[in-house]
Amino acid sequence: MDKSVAIELKNITKTFGSVCANKNVCLTARRGEILAILGENGSGKTTLMNMISGIYFPDSGSIFVNGEEVVIRSPKDAFDLKIGMIHQHFKLVDLFTATENIILGLKEEKGFNIKRSAARITEITDLYGFELEPNKKIYDMSVSEKQTVEIVKVLYRGADILILDEPTAVLTPQETEKLFNVLRRMRDDGKAIIIITHKLNEVMEISDRVAVLRKGEYIATLDTDKTTENELTEMMVGKKVNLNITRTEPKNSEVRLEVNNLDCMNRDGIKLLDNVSFDVKSGEILGVAGIAGSGQRELLEAIAGLQRFQSGDVLYHNPNTGDVESLRDKTPIQIRELGVRLSFVPEDRLGMGLIGNMDIVDNMMLRSYRKGKTMFLQRKEPKDLAEHIINDLQVVTPSSATPVRRLSGGNIQKVLVGREIASSPTVLMAAYPVRGLDVNSSYTIYNLLNKQKEKGVAVIFVGEDLDVLIELCDRILVIANGRIAGIVDGRTAVKEEIGMLMTKNGRGEENE
Amino acid sequence: MSKTQKHPREPLIHITKRTNLSVKSGIIVRAVAVLAALVVCAIVTKVLTGDNPFSIFATVFHGAFGKGRALVTVHDVAILLCISLAVTPAFKMRFWNIGAEGQVLMGCLATAVCMFTLGGKISDALLVLIMVICAVLTGVVWGVIPALFKAYWNTNETLFTLMMNYVAIQLIEFFLKVADKSGSNVVGPDLLSHGWLPDLFGVKYILNIAVVALITLAIYIYLRYSKHGYEISVVGESENTARYIGVNVKKVIIRTMALSGAICGIAGLLLVGGSSHSIDANLADGRGFTAIMVSWLAKFNPLYMILTSFMLVFLARGADEVTSKFGLNSDFADILTGIILFFIIGCEFFIQYQIHFNFHREKSPKEKER
Amino acid sequence: MELICGFIQRAILQGTPLLYGATGEILTEKSGNLNLGIPGIMYIGAISGVVGGFVYQTNAATVVTLWAILIPLICCLAGSLLTSLIYCFLTITLRANQNVTGLAITTFGVGVGNFFGGSLIKIIKSDVPYLSLTKIAKAYKITLPFAEDMGPIGKAIFSYGFMVYLAIIIAVAVSVFLKRTRAGLHLRSVGENPATADAAGINVTRHKYFATSIGGMIAGLGGLFYIMDYSNGIWSNNGFGDRGWLAIAIVIFATWKPLVAIVGSYLFGALYILFNYINVPIQFLPLIQMLPYIVTIVVLVAVSMRKKRENQPPASLGLSYFREER
Repeated sequence: MDKSVAIELKNITKTFGSVCANKNVCLTARRGEILAILGENGSGKTTLMNMISGIYFPDSGSIFVNGEEVVIRSPKDAFDLKIGMIHQHFKLVDLFTATENIILGLKEEKGFNIKRSAARITEITDLYGFELEPNKKIYDMSVSEKQTVEIVKVLYRGADILILDEPTAVLTPQETEKLFNVLRRMRDDGKAIIIITHKLNEVMEISDRVAVLRKGEYIATLDTDKTTENELTEMMVGKKVNLNITRTEPKNSEVRLEVNNLDCMNRDGIKLLDNVSFDVKSGEILGVAGIAGSGQRELLEAIAGLQRFQSGDVLYHNPNTGDVESLRDKTPIQIRELGVRLSFVPEDRLGMGLIGNMDIVDNMMLRSYRKGKTMFLQRKEPKDLAEHIINDLQVVTPSSATPVRRLSGGNIQKVLVGREIASSPTVLMAAYPVRGLDVNSSYTIYNLLNKQKEKGVAVIFVGEDLDVLIELCDRILVIANGRIAGIVDGRTAVKEEIGMLMTKNGRGEENE
Repeated sequence: MSKTQKHPREPLIHITKRTNLSVKSGIIVRAVAVLAALVVCAIVTKVLTGDNPFSIFATVFHGAFGKGRALVTVHDVAILLCISLAVTPAFKMRFWNIGAEGQVLMGCLATAVCMFTLGGKISDALLVLIMVICAVLTGVVWGVIPALFKAYWNTNETLFTLMMNYVAIQLIEFFLKVADKSGSNVVGPDLLSHGWLPDLFGVKYILNIAVVALITLAIYIYLRYSKHGYEISVVGESENTARYIGVNVKKVIIRTMALSGAICGIAGLLLVGGSSHSIDANLADGRGFTAIMVSWLAKFNPLYMILTSFMLVFLARGADEVTSKFGLNSDFADILTGIILFFIIGCEFFIQYQIHFNFHREKSPKEKER
Repeated sequence: MELICGFIQRAILQGTPLLYGATGEILTEKSGNLNLGIPGIMYIGAISGVVGGFVYQTNAATVVTLWAILIPLICCLAGSLLTSLIYCFLTITLRANQNVTGLAITTFGVGVGNFFGGSLIKIIKSDVPYLSLTKIAKAYKITLPFAEDMGPIGKAIFSYGFMVYLAIIIAVAVSVFLKRTRAGLHLRSVGENPATADAAGINVTRHKYFATSIGGMIAGLGGLFYIMDYSNGIWSNNGFGDRGWLAIAIVIFATWKPLVAIVGSYLFGALYILFNYINVPIQFLPLIQMLPYIVTIVVLVAVSMRKKRENQPPASLGLSYFREER
């Protein structure tokens, strides 16, 4: 079969501000071959692919398609080079049928004829073994059907280089299997396929070759059948880096929160959490490691009362009364009043945790405005708190009356975490609190968490940098596919062990 | 992630959202817009009347503040301000209530019905009390109906409240026909002879103006310093955040529209019981719609609304004077108001967004006009 | 029979301005623009036609039918287009709030209509006593020659001036455009999900401008019809009344479908004149005139409760699109 080089990247570099997303990356994808791009979150996989599909423009380096150097300035340029990308977030009009979405924006010479377009779509789907009804509306479709529409959309436009960004993240195992069969057929048809993933088992199953990225740097490309999962994990996580985060021994540890057999499903009936059980002790930091979207968010929201769960229970050991209380039937407000605090993920900093157009004082009040018996707000306390946080955490802001959307990411995060710990919690949950922060701000946050721990708070820290987790946390819970893959001791854990746990499917495994 | 790449083919004009603009430049932009609007208005007036533009402005001024007119002008401002205050809490919540017209009319209707049916049968003091209660209640009902449907079924409130206006108008027509068998379009003071709100200090309208002043202060405090006001802002900024911190969004929507309706009801009461002592289907005179602009132009701040409502009333009355002086008809005022609104609406863009020209120098936000 | 046919005839005449307004607004709203300026634009359409016609009638030695029709028509289209462009510029280019802008347009438009309607004679120093365009109206009311001889049913179908049929043709054409053409598909995608349309390479701004301008011009024709045909060329201030708002109501009633809008307009027209045909005491008249609005509210509520996706307002209705919005 023709295995000519379809696309080649040479020394691609891309920076966003001071962050280097890709550094001298070289990559080759061939026709009739599936290339997997493997890397942890934030390793620059998506940025790299966005440069091929015309969303970003590289700072330096060159791209060759079919042996010729090309410049890709826009998604349209990419289309013209027959490159098609299937993003993680679908761009579809809900009210339209599959066909209407697929032909949207096209200018076909032969005029407008839905039936003819639908027939062509059926040809494509038959050829590769997709299951798709051309006249079905998007809003009636499951996630996997929507993904099929996106893929067919790209094929309909004649793409022969396909890039799929974490296509299995939203699929069930059965759907994943179907997708892989389709991908194999497309490969056999001579298309070049690039699949971005961080799931090792999928890399082994589907790819012919695998390229590994780590923290924006290109590590190596290997033939899949000549490598092992262990070797790939090592390449992916790298050698341990010493960060010098202080860690004290937990004092007076007692169980504060117990999670028993938690099950949680989304609307499509896909299990987000599957029989999750663990406990958190006072005066410790429990790290949660896992690939993004493995159920971390749902876990924290279930504890905070924001996510319904189908079965299981969350028990709270109240330090004041000594009682054991179930959080299952409590409202978010009642749970908060017990001292369980959730500090949200930074992507939602301004969507949920804070209101961008309000100033710092008013944002302090989001939690406490109900205080007091009169119908009027008390701004004195929140104002003092705001000043206190600004001084203690060195928030860079003109004043406490500045709308928070004008602050930088790190300062916004300090305001958010500062507010959450201000009301002396007994359980503090922080999800990715340092994402997008510079080194100094990150250490400020680590110190904050450590201080809470010393105060006897049970801290749950969801993180993505394994080095940090290993140095900061007393225990590390590893979650994979909504199941607990294992709980390891932070003092003795090694990166490779955690990496392996993160990437296993979690089926049939039980926690300790 | 921001798209900060150097694009070889960047478009010439690039627009970004502003993150900060000093209060001073904000005022300058708006002032320039108003000035430009006045110039256009002057040109239009000149073309249509042939008069010297400066004397036109003098005429406008005379129309608003000439002998015996100032009090009427202030009263007009008060009524418009009152309705604007009513729509403001809902707008802050991003509930697009364009049904203030109907809510005011229902307040008028309730007041008139009380005056018509109970007038003379009970003491005036009691009658006024009943009028107040009825006006407020009907206003509340008219405001809460669309809010209920919005809260529970997410029914489009803009279209719903718009339709409610016409239902209210027809209800008034019905009352007119029932109350006055002669088929007149107005039920006047002769039929509504009881329950007039008293004149404070012997001056007409002072009571109305005082009531509105109180409401202005109350709404300012309510929005700025009360827990309810805070909840309104949170719901308006982000319903997700509101749910996350445990605000009952449905309750806030319904409660806030009840408040809007109540104040509209009071406006209706002041119109019928306090000044006109008559009722017709045109009594609200589009103020329900103008109020939306007053509120929006003032960025939902009750204190600024005193200024914006004054500006619109000033223009309308001034233009009235121009038209009567030149024997034109009074709709000329609407044209001028429209032109000024276009400019003010348009200038908000330059406050919210920043324009970058990509020939390696950035221009300061320049006021561009149509 | 005679009575029913007469009723239908009057209902259709009443419904035609509404149909123009509703069709124009449907086209506009499908692009995601909620144009509450439609009532004002209809006034401007009407007065532009009147001004054009008046100037022609007073200056021309003999009134030629073709010009009598074309001049007001073109003036009407130009007037509505200009006003729509103001709306477009403010809401699309400057991203102003659509509700506020629409209301300002309506204030402006009604003002322009009534002002020129009332003062035109004075401004151009004419010596006629009032604004009457009977000669031009005659041209607009030319019917098929055989319509008179066709009995009551034939009359109910064939006895109108061309603008009644034009309204139906436009409504059908808009329906076909939206459902069966590529441009229509693109337009609908802009109203539903501008970000997706943008990503698919569709020029969101251009589609919004075109839909809103053409929609405004169609609505303007409704004003013209009202004056030239329905009112026999005689302008009276505020005579057009709140028909513009009723047209917006029909858009909801028709759940954004032009073909349903045809039926809806005639139905609302019928409700408008129903009181002439039923025997109720005069004071209950307003309660009957209230019916169109009540019906609209019921439809609006029913649609939102049933949650049938096809009947909902376009998903981005009332929102301005800014590509770099978070």
